[in-house]
Amino acid sequence: MTELGHFAAFLALAFALASGVSGLSGRREAAASFILGSCAAMSLAFLTLVYAFARSDFSVALVANHSHTLKPMIYKLAGTWGNHEGSMALWCLVMVGFGAAGAVRLRTGRAAFEARALGVQGLLAAGSLAYLLFASSPFTRLADPPLQGASLNPLLQDPALALHPPMLYLGYVGYSFVFALAAAGLIEGRIDRTWARSARNWAMAAFVPLTAGILLGSIWAYYELGWGGWWFWDPVENASLMPWLIGAALMHSLIVTEKRGSFAVWTALLAVLAFLFSILGAFLVRSGILTSVHAFAVDPTRGLVLLIGLLVYGGAALALFAWQAPRLKGGPPWQAISREGALMGNNLVFTVATATVLLGTLFPLIAEGFGRQMSVGEPYFQLTFTPIMLAALIALPLVQAWAWGRARLDGAWKWLAGLAVLTGLFWLLGIGPLDIPLGAGFGVALGLWLVASSLVELKRRAIRLERIFRLPARVWGMSLAHLGLGLFVIGAVVETSQRYETTLDLAIGEQAQVAGWSVSLEDMRLIEGPNWEAQRADLVISRGDSQVTLQPEKRFYPAARMPTTETAIHKTGTGDFYAALGDRRRVDGELRWTFRAYYNPMIDMLFAGVIVMTLGGLVAVAGRRRRKAVADETSKAAALPAE
Amino acid sequence: MRARSRRLWTFSIAAMVLIAAASLVVFAMRETADLFYTPERLAEDGLPEPGQRVKIGGFVEPGSLEYGRDALIRFSVVDDSPNRLAVAYRGVAPDLFREGSGVVATGSFDPEGHFEATQLLAKHDENYVPREIKHIEQPGT
Repeated sequence: MTELGHFAAFLALAFALASGVSGLSGRREAAASFILGSCAAMSLAFLTLVYAFARSDFSVALVANHSHTLKPMIYKLAGTWGNHEGSMALWCLVMVGFGAAGAVRLRTGRAAFEARALGVQGLLAAGSLAYLLFASSPFTRLADPPLQGASLNPLLQDPALALHPPMLYLGYVGYSFVFALAAAGLIEGRIDRTWARSARNWAMAAFVPLTAGILLGSIWAYYELGWGGWWFWDPVENASLMPWLIGAALMHSLIVTEKRGSFAVWTALLAVLAFLFSILGAFLVRSGILTSVHAFAVDPTRGLVLLIGLLVYGGAALALFAWQAPRLKGGPPWQAISREGALMGNNLVFTVATATVLLGTLFPLIAEGFGRQMSVGEPYFQLTFTPIMLAALIALPLVQAWAWGRARLDGAWKWLAGLAVLTGLFWLLGIGPLDIPLGAGFGVALGLWLVASSLVELKRRAIRLERIFRLPARVWGMSLAHLGLGLFVIGAVVETSQRYETTLDLAIGEQAQVAGWSVSLEDMRLIEGPNWEAQRADLVISRGDSQVTLQPEKRFYPAARMPTTETAIHKTGTGDFYAALGDRRRVDGELRWTFRAYYNPMIDMLFAGVIVMTLGGLVAVAGRRRRKAVADETSKAAALPAE
Repeated sequence: MRARSRRLWTFSIAAMVLIAAASLVVFAMRETADLFYTPERLAEDGLPEPGQRVKIGGFVEPGSLEYGRDALIRFSVVDDSPNRLAVAYRGVAPDLFREGSGVVATGSFDPEGHFEATQLLAKHDENYVPREIKHIEQPGT
């Protein structure tokens, strides 16, 4: 079976190369057929890997190293992409998948352009497939298969994490097709309104899963790692944030190019950068060049190949860009105070924010170049990233009603006054009953301000309230995205500024106080699961009349010889009481256990905000497809009488 | 606005934002960068300023690990030199933290020269070693 898969992957490589050659020489239908063939072959190859994992076929090296018969079936299947080689196979599958989707759905009426886009996608896929087959083959057989597998990292046996890589890869690799569209547009010297209309669909199709993938990873880290936080500014996390920020800038600059034809050069550059940052992300994660708290077995040679790929793709794209950018046409003139100006400001903020994240992430390498080992952590990002993004958040409600070309500033002062009054209100509340610092009060006011303004904008676009459901889906998408951003800001500010965290050191029967709760350790027990054994604590927490037993665990997976932490969370309605079991110690002849205990207020609001943003993107994607269908119907109907 | 003056305006705004951001980045890096030391490097360079956040990396010296009340952990960090550094940490140790394991401790020195860690990073996976201590030979292997 696996040999069949190996063969199919070679076939996929041949087809991808063929589609690259035929596409770049301008034959659309040939390129489409080849990339569809490549997708079919790669699907088969990937299925044989999944099948090997399902069957626990330990004669395949990948399965022997990353699976185990005692693992639940769902995690056996997810194990296919829970390792380097398998995840590269997934990467290739998604890439030819996007190519196949483009072969079917990319209809712009310009066959030469479509052919080139498919051709570039074919070449990108060929590069990835060559990397898969020659540098990290998942199809290797073992001459002497073991009787039992070496198991998957137990930390990864989690539903959120089984879905996290596929989502993230849909996003990362989705940008490969946006890259291909930009390259094809540049080859033709046409990055215009028609180009932007089709590119916007594909950029959205990458942005939505990327957002969802980052969200899943963050939720997983919160529940599974036991550190009480949701974002640690770790290199591996930043690696996914950078393409997201560039993707967000691209979403906004594409609007200008679609509606006005302006920003063509800039939009093309962002479209190229989004994918380059995706590869950079893969490189940072897989090469182990930076110290990360997240678990990856790394291999520097693989990193080198990825780096070469990054340089080749990046160099080729930027050379093409430099050559053709002067030929691109601009749109009608516009003033500083206009929608164009506002969206340019947005782009400036997002790209500068990306640059600060990039510098902070690569800082250890830069410092080492100067001969000293150093690193920056959360404080650096709070000093740079946060104030820069703050500028965009404050500006958003002011500028979102601005018209194309030239806008008026009236009404801006009302919004600013509203923000000031809200901040003052929270400040007053802060002095009184609630213990909120001014900065946090401002943050919450800002979040509320964003929520309110996105609703006001929705109403303004509808003119009358009863027409609100007849607004185009993309207006709804935008409003939901901005509303979700507001919810996220509220949650993030409250959680970050009001989080309470402490370490407990308890013997059985002892008690402690945490954020107004009294906590007592009633019992410790040993329990056994399907492929693990655990110490489980009975931690009784009470406040007023309510009393709950939390059961945090420390699990040990004998197959992986690895402990993991299972957190216990009590949702109070306004936040999470969160406990993680630490280590067992013998102090002065007495057995004691340590715990991490947190109170995380409004953490669900933060996750919910990102879910609403993702939904906004989904609404916009679904709406554009429907609108296109309606438009096709109308044009058919119009064509009929002429026959 | 004509195309040329628009371009001029665009570039000057962008340049201003970039300069502001660049100064912010430089300021933040100066304020928040954590220097990394091994016990050997500490012996050569002398102790950093008290209160300055630094990282100490190496291996947990076998036999040095001690537990105390209030979640206290004491251990010594060693590298392939004869130097060692005593570390005190209050909190939960990472899952794979044990005697002989690689560790990176973030914290600061007090005026008496005792190192107090606020965060411990141990290897997170059987195959993973934090990059800073990769070049140090593990004692006893």
